[in-house]
Amino acid sequence: MSFYATCTEWMNAGLDERLAAMTETDVRRALGASNPGPLDLLAMLSPAATPHLETMARKASGLTLRHFGRTIHLFTPLYLSNFCTNHCVYCGFNSNNRIPRSQLTMEQVEAEARAIAATGLKNLLILTGDCRAKAGPDYLRDCVAVLRRHFPSVCIEIYAMEEAEYAALAAEGVDGMTMFQETYDEKLYPSLHPRGPKSDFRFRLDAPERACRAGMRVVNIGALLGLSDWRHDAFLTGLHAAWLMERHPEADIATSLPRMRPHVGAYQPATVVSDRDLVQVLLALRIFRPRLGITISTREAPAFRENLLPLGVTRMSAGVSTAVGGHAKSDGDGESVGQFEISDGRSVDEMCAVLRKHGYQPVFKDWEPIFADRGAA
Amino acid sequence: MTKDILTIGGLELTSRLFTGTGKYRDDSLIPGVCEASGSQVITVALRRVDLESGTGNVMDFIPRHMRLLPNTSGARTADEAVRIARLARAMGCGDWIKIEVISDNRYLLPDGYETAKATEILANEGFVVLPYINPDLYVARSLVDAGAAAVMPLGAPIGTNRGIRTREMVRILIEEIDLPIVVDAGIGRPSEACEAMEMGADACLVNTAIATADDPAMMARAFGRAVRAGREAFLSGPGARAGMAVASSPLTGFLDAGTAA
Amino acid sequence: MIVVVNGKETELRDGQTLLELLEARDIPADGVVAELNRSIVPGADFGKTVLNDGDHLEVLRFVGGG
Repeated sequence: MSFYATCTEWMNAGLDERLAAMTETDVRRALGASNPGPLDLLAMLSPAATPHLETMARKASGLTLRHFGRTIHLFTPLYLSNFCTNHCVYCGFNSNNRIPRSQLTMEQVEAEARAIAATGLKNLLILTGDCRAKAGPDYLRDCVAVLRRHFPSVCIEIYAMEEAEYAALAAEGVDGMTMFQETYDEKLYPSLHPRGPKSDFRFRLDAPERACRAGMRVVNIGALLGLSDWRHDAFLTGLHAAWLMERHPEADIATSLPRMRPHVGAYQPATVVSDRDLVQVLLALRIFRPRLGITISTREAPAFRENLLPLGVTRMSAGVSTAVGGHAKSDGDGESVGQFEISDGRSVDEMCAVLRKHGYQPVFKDWEPIFADRGAA
Repeated sequence: MTKDILTIGGLELTSRLFTGTGKYRDDSLIPGVCEASGSQVITVALRRVDLESGTGNVMDFIPRHMRLLPNTSGARTADEAVRIARLARAMGCGDWIKIEVISDNRYLLPDGYETAKATEILANEGFVVLPYINPDLYVARSLVDAGAAAVMPLGAPIGTNRGIRTREMVRILIEEIDLPIVVDAGIGRPSEACEAMEMGADACLVNTAIATADDPAMMARAFGRAVRAGREAFLSGPGARAGMAVASSPLTGFLDAGTAA
Repeated sequence: MIVVVNGKETELRDGQTLLELLEARDIPADGVVAELNRSIVPGADFGKTVLNDGDHLEVLRFVGGG
């Protein structure tokens, strides 16, 4: 099975016309539905729903409280390597960009791990560029072996892999994977990803499904909002999440809602996703699938992130550096270039204080495998 | 308006009310019930013939157009259910079977594990299998894998006429299971059948509440209408329960303040 | 000979067929199904199914049920 059929069917179903035709009645129906379907999601993402964000927010807030309580899961990314063979026109790590490239040695991984673990964080998201020659599966396994000594939960955000490769990492203790489709618009996709392994739209689209089959406990998907029409991509993100949830009830399906930020390189966002637009996406997805995990990254400004807390966010990053080895290095060491610029540079301690001030408990760890060989079976 | 068809085992049904033939004070009431309800599916049970004294034959009262749904009542294990199902098919009245495996006669609750075993065997033999179960998501999933044609969760224990006591569990089956969901057992009043259909159930099976009414045919008509009303309510979409008007914006007011992008 | 019919030991004439058993009791053959020693007997075979001493026979029919 593949989400591809569903994806192409909806992308060719006249989304613009359908979005434009949505009325207040459709929005009302979506908000009253006990089990919202695709058209309900579309209604909530349509311009007709924009005047009703407060009503949607009330519903989303209540659902979030019921399903997740007053807790926010905290994690931080660790960039292992920025070597990359891809040419994603919007990314700071683009192969064409003349930036310093580096990759952590095991000693450096250990140093980074110590620095991050000292903040109290238990959930680590490790990232690489797409360069199997440099940061191949073996390198990743070695890194995970080091990191698992410091973190009960290690997740990956790397290039798309085969199912057996995911299974091997799961056996090593990786319990989650994040895969951004970037855009579900198959026609636009090649122009954004002209060369490199990532240019294979279909292989990337099916990666979350392969990760589920391989036994990853948390599978996080998403689009980079602003690359294409944000309504289309938000809609397909919701459908993709629902598709995975239906087939893999054993996995936690989650999504992140990044939007385009300025970065090194010539490409700038095709469309601007306003704060209001991002809120609409967040609310629509929360109401569509109340158990969906939703991450808001440090691409967003501090005050805005705080305002989103009651609306459906369940995970946040803290103490973030998007540069390779950014955690252990001193601040004056300015040679590394990040993948994108962050807006919220607050430390883990600062984030915890802010969350408590708003009446939320920061959660560092919400599960840990009892059996060390989990996933190896 | 396009026709609202329920397809089970390749058969297209326009009525979403299934009826039964048990507990009537006189089987001659059955044709009137079938006509008044509009039902197209009716259950029967299989029993030993009384060789000493001839009794009336319930089959004489079931209109020809009805799809017969024999049950496996009396079965306490999967093997017994399979045996009864094969005998029922040998009667030559089609290959539909309602699996009912009950070994606890105090509460008459179905045994999900034995039911799933019987379902798999019979589905492989080409039966159109409609298993009667507790509304348990895992059992329902195993039935999907076993090849069931529909799933029949109970609304309340058999014969209790207590309504949809298992509401939240049935709702989960409706949301999660890609087979027709037929709410069976427990429905005592038309309003309860209507509620099940409003929730999105695909059909209801009602026997006791009709058979034991003072006027079974009138009750059957009421159930037929209630099921249709609930179905139409479901299809038309529930509409918003709360008004759209919101005076203040405590949750999204920040979007209007200052320098929102 | 003795045949167990529907759980009850019954004295039957030697060589009696299933069809003869039903007809002797005014039971229409097309309204029942029979299982002889755990094997289903097709209705068309009732007339040529000779019962033997010690057989276990079940004769069933549809009755009211929910």
